[in-house]
Amino acid sequence: MNRNPNDLVRYTASERANHWAVGMSFILLALSGLAFFHPAFYPLSLLLGGGVWARILHPFIGVLMALLFVMMFFRFWKLNIITKVDKEWLSRVGEMVNGDDRNMPPAGKYNGGQKVLFWLAAVCMALLLVSGIVIWRVYFSALFPIGVIRLASVAHAAVAAFMIGLIIVHVYAAIWTRGTIRAMLYGTVTRAWAKQHHPAWFRQITGGGK
Amino acid sequence: MALQSLDIKARSATTTPSPSARETMEVAKLIDISKCIGCKACQVACMEWNDLRDEVGTNVGVYDNPPNLTAESWTVMRYSEVELEANKLEWLIRKDGCMHCADPGCLKACPAPGAIVQYSNGIVDFHQEHCIGCGYCITGCPFDIPRISKKDSKAYKCTLCSDRVAVGMEPACVKTCPTGAIVFGTKDDMIHHAEGRIIDLKSRGYANAGLYDPQGVGGTHVMYVLQHADKPEIYNNLPKNPTISPMVGLWKGITKPLTSFALGLLAVGTLFHYVIKGPNEVSKDIEKEFENES
Repeated sequence: MNRNPNDLVRYTASERANHWAVGMSFILLALSGLAFFHPAFYPLSLLLGGGVWARILHPFIGVLMALLFVMMFFRFWKLNIITKVDKEWLSRVGEMVNGDDRNMPPAGKYNGGQKVLFWLAAVCMALLLVSGIVIWRVYFSALFPIGVIRLASVAHAAVAAFMIGLIIVHVYAAIWTRGTIRAMLYGTVTRAWAKQHHPAWFRQITGGGK
Repeated sequence: MALQSLDIKARSATTTPSPSARETMEVAKLIDISKCIGCKACQVACMEWNDLRDEVGTNVGVYDNPPNLTAESWTVMRYSEVELEANKLEWLIRKDGCMHCADPGCLKACPAPGAIVQYSNGIVDFHQEHCIGCGYCITGCPFDIPRISKKDSKAYKCTLCSDRVAVGMEPACVKTCPTGAIVFGTKDDMIHHAEGRIIDLKSRGYANAGLYDPQGVGGTHVMYVLQHADKPEIYNNLPKNPTISPMVGLWKGITKPLTSFALGLLAVGTLFHYVIKGPNEVSKDIEKEFENES
């Protein structure tokens, strides 16, 4: 449903569905993974039906997320190539966080911070997939020497913790920047939003119009 | 599996004290390899007492049978033919199984609360009803002992007959050993007993005879008397200086509560950022530009 023809389309339906499929898998994985991370989070294993079910399901959901993320990666990677403007944006990220965007260089569809998040997420996903397979005891661990399994255990935990931090920042940035979440929920943003936060993208799709 | 107990020294994935009203004596099993004749009576007694029947396998050309520990075979005899001096063959037979470390790597690695416990007598026991089958105990163990059952995906290993010990009996393997190669008692007594055996072995020409009670894991509650204590690796790769791998220490140590705290701080920090800096809204000027359209 689109009641305002002036709104700009930021994400197509399939892009949105892809994003949320990854997002929901990530939430399930993060919560069930935290259950194995520290005893304080063990009750979170109930989310998937208890410790044993969490142990069984977590790796399958992980494979699903990896596949969905690969799809998302090929949709968006070209838009996330880091340019000179992005580097300038990143060098001023402190001002942005401080609540002053007057000197920020004009961002395209994605600003420098979003692009860094994209690439960090891609690296984390790859590391989590590889280390996760090594520590998937029922099917794969027997194929690897114990030293590799130990290294993968540490890597999986460390990368996962880092990525949870990354996603906290990702979610917060979307909440903080008002009018953003609707882009991923139903696809459109207002013209004012685009001009404010992504002026280069705004110029590009409106042909320099208002 | 064991009896309900009031003398739990450590419990996996548990951050508060466990029931520890009762203090028991530290026990140990001492395996004197120089007395072992490789009859496997201990393997049979273990099956019998624990009521386990492993699959009948195939002969792999050596005496080792089954060839490795399994979820149903909690102890196996490992046979090595070693020639330390030319023309002096030694048949070294080591009864392999859980060493019941004072600092157990399995317990440290286990994420399931109460799936692994250590009693104050030193026995490390798996409580399979709490086990989730992740196999982290295998990752943590410096001796490669726990095995995940193919039947129920639970981890199993030697219990040091914790059920027998709890009621004042010695483990089944000790009870059955026909040569007295396996003895059981308090850890102090077993060390004392070993000292006598080592003096005897030294007088018989085994200059490097000694006790295997590796301090890297805080000592063990299953100890060996070795004819060649300087070369434990000749006994089918018994590790010379076993420790919990630093990787496992990093994985399960202080880093996890610190990381959890940092993530919590980050989440709370974003809330405070919102409250202090306010939302990142579209400026009034730009809003006005588009007012007529919307």
